[in-house]
This record gives sequence, C-alpha cells and structure tokens, in this order.
Amino acid sequence: MSSGDTLVEVKDLKVEFDVREGIIKAVDGLSLTVKRGRTLGVIGESGCGKSMTARAILNMVPKPGKITGGEILYYRQVGGNGKPLITDVINITKLDPDGELIRQIRGGEIGMIFQEPMSSLTPVYTAGTHINEAVTLHRLIPIRKVGDQLVETIQAHRKVSKQEAREIAIEMLRKVGIPKPEQRVDAYPHQLSGGQRQRVMIAVALSCEPKMLIADEPTTALDVSIEAQILDLMRELQETVDMAIMFITHNLGVIAEMAEEIVVMYMGKQVEQASAVELFYEPQHPYTRALLQSIPHVGKKSRQRLASIAGMVPDPFHLPPGCVFHPRCSSFMPGKCDVIVPGWKQIGPNHWVRCLLYEEV
Amino acid sequence: MVAEPSPQDNILLDVRGLKKYFPIQRGLLRRTVGYVKAVDDVTFFVREGETLGLVGESGCGKTTAGRTIIRLYEPTAGSALFKTRLLSPDGSPQMVDLLKADKQQLKLLRQEIAMIFQDPINSLNPRMSVSDIIAEPLVIHGRGKGPEVEEIIVNLLERVGLRPEHMRRYPHEFSGGQRQRIGIARALALNPRLVICDEPVSALDVSIQAQTLNLLQDLQADFNLSYIFVAHDLSVVQHVSDRVAVMYVGKIVEMADAEELYINPLHPYTEALMSAVPKPDPLYKSERIVMQGDVADPSNPPPGCYFHPRCRYAVDICSKQTPEFRELRPDHFVACHRAEELQLRGV
Ligand SMILES: Nc1ncnc2c1ncn2[C@@H]1O[C@H](COP(=O)(O)OP(=O)(O)OP(=O)(O)O)[C@@H](O)[C@H]1O
Ligand SMILES: Nc1ncnc2c1ncn2[C@@H]1O[C@H](COP(=O)(O)OP(=O)(O)OP(=O)(O)O)[C@@H](O)[C@H]1O
Ligand SMILES: [Mg+2]
Ligand SMILES: [Mg+2]
Repeated sequence: MSSGDTLVEVKDLKVEFDVREGIIKAVDGLSLTVKRGRTLGVIGESGCGKSMTARAILNMVPKPGKITGGEILYYRQVGGNGKPLITDVINITKLDPDGELIRQIRGGEIGMIFQEPMSSLTPVYTAGTHINEAVTLHRLIPIRKVGDQLVETIQAHRKVSKQEAREIAIEMLRKVGIPKPEQRVDAYPHQLSGGQRQRVMIAVALSCEPKMLIADEPTTALDVSIEAQILDLMRELQETVDMAIMFITHNLGVIAEMAEEIVVMYMGKQVEQASAVELFYEPQHPYTRALLQSIPHVGKKSRQRLASIAGMVPDPFHLPPGCVFHPRCSSFMPGKCDVIVPGWKQIGPNHWVRCLLYEEV
Repeated sequence: MVAEPSPQDNILLDVRGLKKYFPIQRGLLRRTVGYVKAVDDVTFFVREGETLGLVGESGCGKTTAGRTIIRLYEPTAGSALFKTRLLSPDGSPQMVDLLKADKQQLKLLRQEIAMIFQDPINSLNPRMSVSDIIAEPLVIHGRGKGPEVEEIIVNLLERVGLRPEHMRRYPHEFSGGQRQRIGIARALALNPRLVICDEPVSALDVSIQAQTLNLLQDLQADFNLSYIFVAHDLSVVQHVSDRVAVMYVGKIVEMADAEELYINPLHPYTEALMSAVPKPDPLYKSERIVMQGDVADPSNPPPGCYFHPRCRYAVDICSKQTPEFRELRPDHFVACHRAEELQLRGV
C-alpha cells in the first residue's frame, strides 16, 4: 500500500474513563488504517470501544473520557483545481477539541452518523454550541425543525445560499427515502419515526460530501429495503467523491455486504483483522468464530436456542490476566492463556489475529 | 375476522380496527390542516404464550400502534381487548378493552403489560441511577421493600447480562447496547404477561442478542409470556416469532405463521422485503427487488391499495379498491387483490 492511499491512521490509541471505582480502558492500544475510497468494517462486543474509537477520530471523546495515548493521523489533501496536491499530516489527538481546524474537519471532511439519533444526554453538547455543530456532532435538537438544522449544517460546510441549502436538504431527504420531503423538512424531530430520524442524520452526514464517513450503527432503525437503499446511496457517494467509510455495526449481514476489510474488537483491542471474505469463511480467533455462530439465519427455522458466548464481559476494574477473553473462550489452554498476553500476529497476507493458538509459546 | 374472543379462548390480546391519526397543524392559530394516519385500521391478535413478530417499513406505524395499545397515545378508533384477572372482584378472567380503561384500571393493567422502548436513551431518565430506574415500577406498584427490591434488581441485571455493580451507575455511563439492556430489565421487573418489544435487540452485539433472545424465550417458557416483537432484522424475527404480521403505511397487509410467511409470502410488499434481507456472506449476490417510486405518505396515502404505486404486479383494480384483509389459507391473512394468482418468491 502506498501511503497516498491512507486517509486516517490510528496508532496505538488509548481512551480511558477515570471514574469513581477506577479507570476504564475503553480503547486499549488500537491501531487501524482507513484508506481513501474504501470501507473498513468494525464489529465486536457491545461496550468494546467501537464508538469511543469513532469519537476519538473526531477528537470528541465525552468527559470524563480522555485520549491517554497513541496518535490519530489525518492525511489531509489540500490544493487541486490546478494547484498541486499537497498532503498535510494532522495529528488529531493534538488538536484543541474546540479549535477552528477540528471544527472544519468534523462534519465537513469527516462526516458521521451516530448511534441513537435523538438524545438529550450528550456530554459534548452544551447550550452554547451552534446548531450546526450540535447536528454535525450527531444530534437533532428536539425543539428545532429538522430542515432548519439541515440547512444550517450544509451552510456551515458548503458555500451555498440559504435557498440552495434548503434545496440540497430536500433532495437529500428524498434520497434517504423520507416521504414528501418538501413537507417533512418542516417537521420537528419528535414527529418523525425512529428510522426517519436516523435517516435525517444520514442526510446531514452525506450532504457535506465528506472525505470519510464514520457510520456507527447507521441502519439499525431501518427496514431492510430502506437499509439497502441507504447502503447503495453510501456506495454511490463513495464512488463519486472517493469517500472512505468506517462502518460500525452489529449486523453481520450488513457488514458482509459493505466492508472490504473487517476489524473485530474485544475489550478495547482488536483481536482479528482480515478481508471480509476471509473473515467470514476462515475466522481464526475463537471470539470471531463464536460471534459468527450466534446469529440466526433467515430461512432456516429452528426454535432452538441460539449459541451465545458463555459468561459475561469481565469487570473493567478486575481484568483477567493473560488473554482477556480466556474465561469465556472455548479453546482455553490452562497455564497459557491465563498467564501470557497474546501479541498481534500476522497469519496471512492480509490476516492478523491476537490469540495464543497462533503463537509458539 | 372471527367473532370476539371470550375469556375462555387462549387469546390474550385482540386488536381490531385500531387507528391513530396525528393532526397536522399549521399557522399561528395551529389550525388542523390534515392528519398523519400513522395507524390506519390495524387488526391482529396475540395468543397466550406466543410471540407475534411485527415488521414493516420504517415509519409504517409499528411504534405508534404499540404506544396506542398501552395508552401512551390516545387512540383515534378501535378496540384492544386484553384478558386479565386483575379487574374482576372474584379474580376470574375477563376481556377488558384497554382503549376504554380509565386511569385507575390502566394503572393496574400496566403491571401486566410492559413495553421495551425503541430509543433506550430517551426512555431512561438521565438523573436516575440504574437501580432507581429498575426499581421505579416495583415501588409504584408496592412490590417489595429495601433489600428485597435490591435482590430483584440484582437478579434482573444478571439475567440481561449486566453486572450487579452497574446498579449505581447512570445511563450515560453505558454503551448503546448496555443501555438497551437496562430498558429490558425495567420492562421485566413486574413479571408482565404481555411485553411489547420495540426493537429490543437492535443495539446489541450478536452474542448478547443471542443471550437476550434466549432469555426472552426462557421467560416465555417459564411464565407463559406473550410478546409483540417489533424488529427490522428479519432473521431475528423469524427466529423468535410463532406468527409474523407485516405492516405497510398504517395497515397490516399480511399475517401468517412465521415459516409460512417467509417461504410462501402472499403480499408483494412482503416479497420485496424478504428479497432485501442482507446475508452474512460477503460472496452472496443480492437479488433485491427494487421498489419503484416514493415511499407512501401516511398523511396522503394513494387510493386503493396503498402499495400499488410501488408494486410491480399492480393492475387496474389496485388503484381503485381497497383490498380486503382476508384469510386466504388457514391462519394466513393477506390484503392483496391478486394474492390468489400470484406466485411470489420467499427467502
Ligand atoms: N461516561 C462514561 N463513563 C464511564 N464509562 C464509559 C462512559 N462512556 C462509555 N464508557 C465505557 O466505555 C466503554 C466503551 O464504550 P463504547 O460506547 O465505545 O462501546 P461500543 O463498542 O460502541 O458499544 P455498543 O456496541 O454497545 O455501542 C464501555 O464499556 C462503556 O461502559
Ligand atoms: N407525535 C407525532 N406527530 C405526528 N406524526 C407522528 C408522530 N409520531 C409518529 N408520527 C408519524 O407517524 C408515522 C408512524 O411512526 P412510527 O414511529 O409509529 O413508525 P415505526 O413503524 O415505528 O417506524 P420505525 O421502524 O422507523 O421506528 C410516521 O410517518 C411518523 O412520521
Ligand atoms: Mg457504540
Ligand atoms: Mg418505531
């Protein structure tokens, strides 16, 4: 891979929450690369740090969380239009989270669709935040019409008049499948269904034609036909503006369809990474295998119990020694897995795994 | 459909002609200029101990139907007969219309009907700790005190895969999937008989999803619980449901045994939906049926069959007459003029 393909490089990222009982390592030494125009899928246990990784890329980890280690490099291309293309390397973790530069990047160059579209509980959103920032920072504001929120966001990132922004907004709402967008543009968030609100957020993110889209569970509230339509729309935009996508989801069907490369996370670390085909056909980590076995398959009716991984996610304040997955692992090797911390091993041209089964110890 | 159920039947909930219209208001005087027909004549029933899956287009009225049945919204029309022993002096079973129950009756009935909400974050009070959130229904209904309540909470947390020490934390300290499980624990606190599950597992990873679905099934086996299970993941719906109802723009267009519906759909919308299910296989080539045209607008639905403008099988009559919701095969209901002749593709 030439470095020209790299858009964002996360290196040994650590995000921690300092709470009463101790420190939660939400992200614990994660490294990954997002390439221009490509789709990287991220899957893993609920609470394993996927959303925090996404937020770290935008330098908006909510308090009391903090980025405590590593770096996030954004290879920003400037120039073009006759001028030579220069790549600036920006370390996002070093930027002032309220500074001008990160504000331009957020929403404009790196767009995002966050989990839970309408929430009153955003630690980063304060009364002083501008509407467009609140919206690009992932929230719809309950008391404002969705169209106004869209228009302000578009205007903040694109040089267009208010009227043009409104037209873009309506067109975008139509593309994400909102009926009668010219009317719905004047609806308040609570007047929309869960999936319609989610689609408004998708419209916001895509209307700025970002270089990278972080999509955190973007389609969970959508029926499968609208979901398919939205996935098509993302791929279309990916081609026309060479947009990279970091796609976070629990839906293995969707990730199989969208991602070229997949990262599997457990307790703040990646445990496996491979091309989508290899990951689905030859999963190597016992956690990945267990994940793939716990999904119901459409068309195959069985009232049997689903396979699920034994036990619970460990207490973050008393992490098990050795491999953190060992207490739940079906391939647990006593005396090894509970003692030695596995390393990150390459086991194929494009396949990595963190498991002692693949290490000679 | 058939005659009204009596308390001797095994019907727990019988919903007929349910409608919920939201007024569209304009201008300074907030004049009503029209209605969003979010739920427009919905009829279905749930048997004791069974799971009825409810699927359909985003915005077709699933959440509104659920909220109207438990009276978080005032109904526009219809009835929802619920079998209960709570309201008769001698404790004998009775069919009570939830849509006509008064405040006091509703309070009693809410012990038996719970809802798991779609947006976990909006339904959890940010200023309450997890233990207060789960304890609230217990306290309201005077079930247990102090240590007893605490024991129930610990038990519930464990059943949904959270840790006892999570009790003292607040909702914002959890990930999306963890919050959804708090909502599930709360809904189960009073041992309800009917649980309306609105996307209960959509924010969960597949392993915890499997645990949660197993939990819901265990509770059903142990306590003869009934579920209305709203979800977009059709493989999950098939896995948990005995029967499945498909909704399109405020109406139920098809309802059948789960397997039958997936393999032999009778409504073209069901067929299109089935064709769009994503498969966990990167080499799978989708043969999705792309529906033409715009998603229907519930404030101004098309004449005749609401699906006709997007239906690839539509003929003349479809734009003129509303198709009747009828039992074409035993326990297989459909509202499509051409259901008898069409050969549709299942999964
Ligand atoms: N405000 C907070 N205080 C303490 N811990 C927190 C806070 N916010 C998040 N965490 C913890 O950080 C960890 C990572 O959370 P994150 O939201 O990244 O998980 P996730 O992988 O996105 O999960 P999900 O799939 O459920 O959305 C979780 O274990 C969570 O408990
Ligand atoms: N309070 C309200 N006022 C006006 N319209 C509303 C209101 N709540 C919902 N609607 C409209 O009613 C319709 C049905 O919404 P509902 O939330 O029931 O859909 P849903 O089937 O649950 O969708 P989803 O799968 O996206 O959650 C939508 O068109 C929505 O815009
Ligand atoms: Mg998350
Ligand atoms: Mg809903």
